[in-house]
Amino acid sequence: MQFFDREHLRSIFTKPTNYINTNRGKEYYDNLYKKMEKRLNELKAQQPVKEAEIKFQELLETWELSRRDFLKWVSATTAMLMLPPQFEPLVAQAAEVMNRVPIIWINIQDCAGNTEALLRSASPTVDELILEYLSVEYQEVIMAAAGDQAEENLHKAVKDFDGKYLLFVEGSIPVGMPEAFTIGRHPKTGVEHVKHLAEHAAAVIAVGACACFGGVPAAYPNPTGAVGVMDIVKGKPIVNIPACPANPANITGVVIHYILTGELPELDSLLRPKFAFGYRIHDNCERRAHFDAGEFVEEWGDEGAKNNFCLYKMGCKGPFTFNNCSIVRYNEGTNWPIGVGRGCIGCSEPDFWDKYATERPLADSDIQPPGLHGVEATVDEVGLGILTATAIGIGVHAVASAIAGKKDETKEEQ
Amino acid sequence: MGKHVVVDPITRIEGHLRIEAILDDNNTIVDAYSSSTMWRGIEVIMKGRDPRDVPLLAMRICGVCTGTHYYTSTQTVEHALGVVPPKNARLVRNLIQGSLYIHDHVVHFYHLHALDWVDVVSALKADPAKAAEEARKWASMLKDPITGETIRPWKDGVGEFKAVQDRLTKFVKAGRLGPFANAYWGNKSYKLTPEQNLVAVGHYLDALQIQREMAKLMAIFGGKNPHPQSLVVGGVTCVQDIQNPARLGHFGDILGLSREFIYRAYLPDILMAGTVYAEEALAGIGRGLGNYMAYGDFRMDDNPWYQGKTLFPQGLVLNMDLTKVYDVDQSKITEDVTHSWYEYKGTDKPLHPFEGQTNPKYTGFKPDGTLDPKGKYSWIKSPIYDDHRVEVGPLARMIVGYARGDERIKHYVDWLLKSGNLPAKALFSTVGRTAARAIETALMVDVMKEWLTELAKNVAAGDLSTWTEYDFEKLTKGKELKGYGLTEAPRGALGHWIRIKDGKVENYQAVVPSTWNGAPRDYKNRMGAYEASLIGTTLSNPDQPLEILKTIHSFDPCIACAVHVIDTKGKELGVYKVEPVGGACFI
Repeated sequence: MQFFDREHLRSIFTKPTNYINTNRGKEYYDNLYKKMEKRLNELKAQQPVKEAEIKFQELLETWELSRRDFLKWVSATTAMLMLPPQFEPLVAQAAEVMNRVPIIWINIQDCAGNTEALLRSASPTVDELILEYLSVEYQEVIMAAAGDQAEENLHKAVKDFDGKYLLFVEGSIPVGMPEAFTIGRHPKTGVEHVKHLAEHAAAVIAVGACACFGGVPAAYPNPTGAVGVMDIVKGKPIVNIPACPANPANITGVVIHYILTGELPELDSLLRPKFAFGYRIHDNCERRAHFDAGEFVEEWGDEGAKNNFCLYKMGCKGPFTFNNCSIVRYNEGTNWPIGVGRGCIGCSEPDFWDKYATERPLADSDIQPPGLHGVEATVDEVGLGILTATAIGIGVHAVASAIAGKKDETKEEQ
Repeated sequence: MGKHVVVDPITRIEGHLRIEAILDDNNTIVDAYSSSTMWRGIEVIMKGRDPRDVPLLAMRICGVCTGTHYYTSTQTVEHALGVVPPKNARLVRNLIQGSLYIHDHVVHFYHLHALDWVDVVSALKADPAKAAEEARKWASMLKDPITGETIRPWKDGVGEFKAVQDRLTKFVKAGRLGPFANAYWGNKSYKLTPEQNLVAVGHYLDALQIQREMAKLMAIFGGKNPHPQSLVVGGVTCVQDIQNPARLGHFGDILGLSREFIYRAYLPDILMAGTVYAEEALAGIGRGLGNYMAYGDFRMDDNPWYQGKTLFPQGLVLNMDLTKVYDVDQSKITEDVTHSWYEYKGTDKPLHPFEGQTNPKYTGFKPDGTLDPKGKYSWIKSPIYDDHRVEVGPLARMIVGYARGDERIKHYVDWLLKSGNLPAKALFSTVGRTAARAIETALMVDVMKEWLTELAKNVAAGDLSTWTEYDFEKLTKGKELKGYGLTEAPRGALGHWIRIKDGKVENYQAVVPSTWNGAPRDYKNRMGAYEASLIGTTLSNPDQPLEILKTIHSFDPCIACAVHVIDTKGKELGVYKVEPVGGACFI
């Protein structure tokens, strides 16, 4: 198999399943509205996770958050979920019943980047409130308890909320070398830990590139045999929120969607929510006009760089990467990688360390503005360039070798 | 024989750490072992890649001090290639690294460490009016080190503290405390009054908001936080951002807000905790090795390769003797694996990172599920400097700077010690480690203002250069190159080493702060810094090892980076067949 062939690229650019239809007609939305209302009423009838109910409105006041801040958040979240504005009251109600859904968050082969991102997120601005209101029963980086007491919290949460909690997993799982991760007074491996907690969860949410597709540890030659959650958990709903780190707005979006519907959002073939991963970076990039005009940065810090030209020739993988960071951005919209003049490294795609995270474009030459034939023509040229490029180096080699390794192993099993 | 205490997981840190302690009959720790229980293999993954792509990957060694690994790795490759970045790039890197310091230290103190000092439940009993008085008292003991004006408290309204208390009361009444559940509330080693606890809890909550703003500092010139993306070998890419007055202005605004919080909340809280816990500090509880090392960092001029002036000087101080400072020479660094889950082939001597090797040899736990301290018991190696076990971190930076007579560092250290009427001796303790971090944060937020001004002036004068051109092919073709990057992560001395052969990474290693501090025993059976710091500490309740958490947290452990490496030489891993990576030297 050749990863960078023309068909592969064409499929990236034309895969219909990757798009979310933002206007599905009155009947669809009327039915969805009714369904969500029903679900919210069911949740309202349930006991909150905490033993006594905390009124959301009172909480908003003690958090010194104005009604206006909250409504801003509601409207941003509704839009992010690709729902029409008439759904805003439902999203507001969903936030109010979030305390019916307990959360367990575990870290395996991780760097804590996703936890950090969530804590540093200011978009939406009420994340912090939701984090506490939501009842996070276990989260190693922020929880006060440690050691035995931390383990007790986990056991209690699993027992009390069997089949009801959302399990968030951060970090990959070393199946090739289980001893590369142990935890607890009576040490358990990462594989056992994830499988056990997933078995009792309502759904599993893999957060970040590592938990979704193996990420850094799974980059060639994948020394610990690291894999993502979907490779070891079977028979449970799983949603992948990739990127390095995952954008916290997308994490909140998935949770709100779950509360609204009791289901995971519509997913693409890689189990990514379409509302967030339905568009290429390239589609909404602020430098897109320069791509179309054939204006490129040719060297770091050159005249093109000073004028915000397109970064494709400096290795930007925006045309191949599905994510909403060109819309949502980072740190409350402060900036994003392409904003600071560095190309996209494709961090929401599988195997991006071996395929995309280089300073060189997939093809070095022949990037033409689309002209009469549209962008598709350009894509084909990219593909042709790749087939003839000699400088892809480690990426192709790495992927090919990893696959060779896999095949060998299959043979041995037989 | 007393009790064998196991703490796994140590929470409120990045990564996975296990501590075991042996107590005597008085519940005093007589022996301790530190073990890391996770590894990933990042240096193995580095091999064969284009060195220009390495920094992005090296950054993922850690999601907390992410920018530091990025910056260090970039510098390592530049050192090997002999490329010197321009002035604007140096200033932007200082600003990104500085923004990481202030963000990281504030989050560490409030969200990862404070709950070891502050009893949240006790704050419920506080009188909000008295809490407001308390807030005023500690702030008023401090004068601004630049203007000399008395510091105003961050918040001192009775209503403000009442609101914090109401918010807490709601949570506690609701039954399940979420992240606050099942901690050691009520433990005897908590010493703050209810009012003092309420002041600190109020700041804990505000810090959640402030740290989000602080994270934007990195995003302004770095693109995002965590995992910024604007550094490249030879410079930085954010040329648009440095010439945009709105970006510079935004940076300045957040820096101003950060300074307000650091001076008006963080430092008074440190003064309060330092005073209340002064007895422990003076008794040297948590002191540990007493040897401190810093590589030095934050380039103050454009002299390349460790020849120019740095904000934090390099140096080694032994046995707490401030009268002597030794120069640090990276060639004297070695790593030992006597008690680590690795084995050396052909030698049993500690090895320099350039010559080192790492062959995993996992021996697991004893049958009763505890560590085997006589054998191997951690994925962290034991680094040794010139046959000394040393501690690194903010305390080491302040001590080395102080012993060097660095005027800026002396000014800030003396300023806090005098305000609290504490002798320098108090620094050699758990409390001192925590105080040193706060002093450094104050210094950093002030010096960042200077760098921002320098950057704005340089750009206004017409210098827009952000990258130094180099011919990668020409520099690397058919050649073997070596380089290293020595910086100071918020947690301490960080070193990366690279060998490049014919344009590809031949070998890559990192010896990180938590390797120095969190290491197990070495070949002479000498303890690592975490282990040594626990000896002599008495637990008020062995089932609630709060004192262990307090001292371990004072180092700000960040374990993913300490154990990111394996060598899989000749080993078949079940899922993938891995190519041999002979001669490698990984942690």
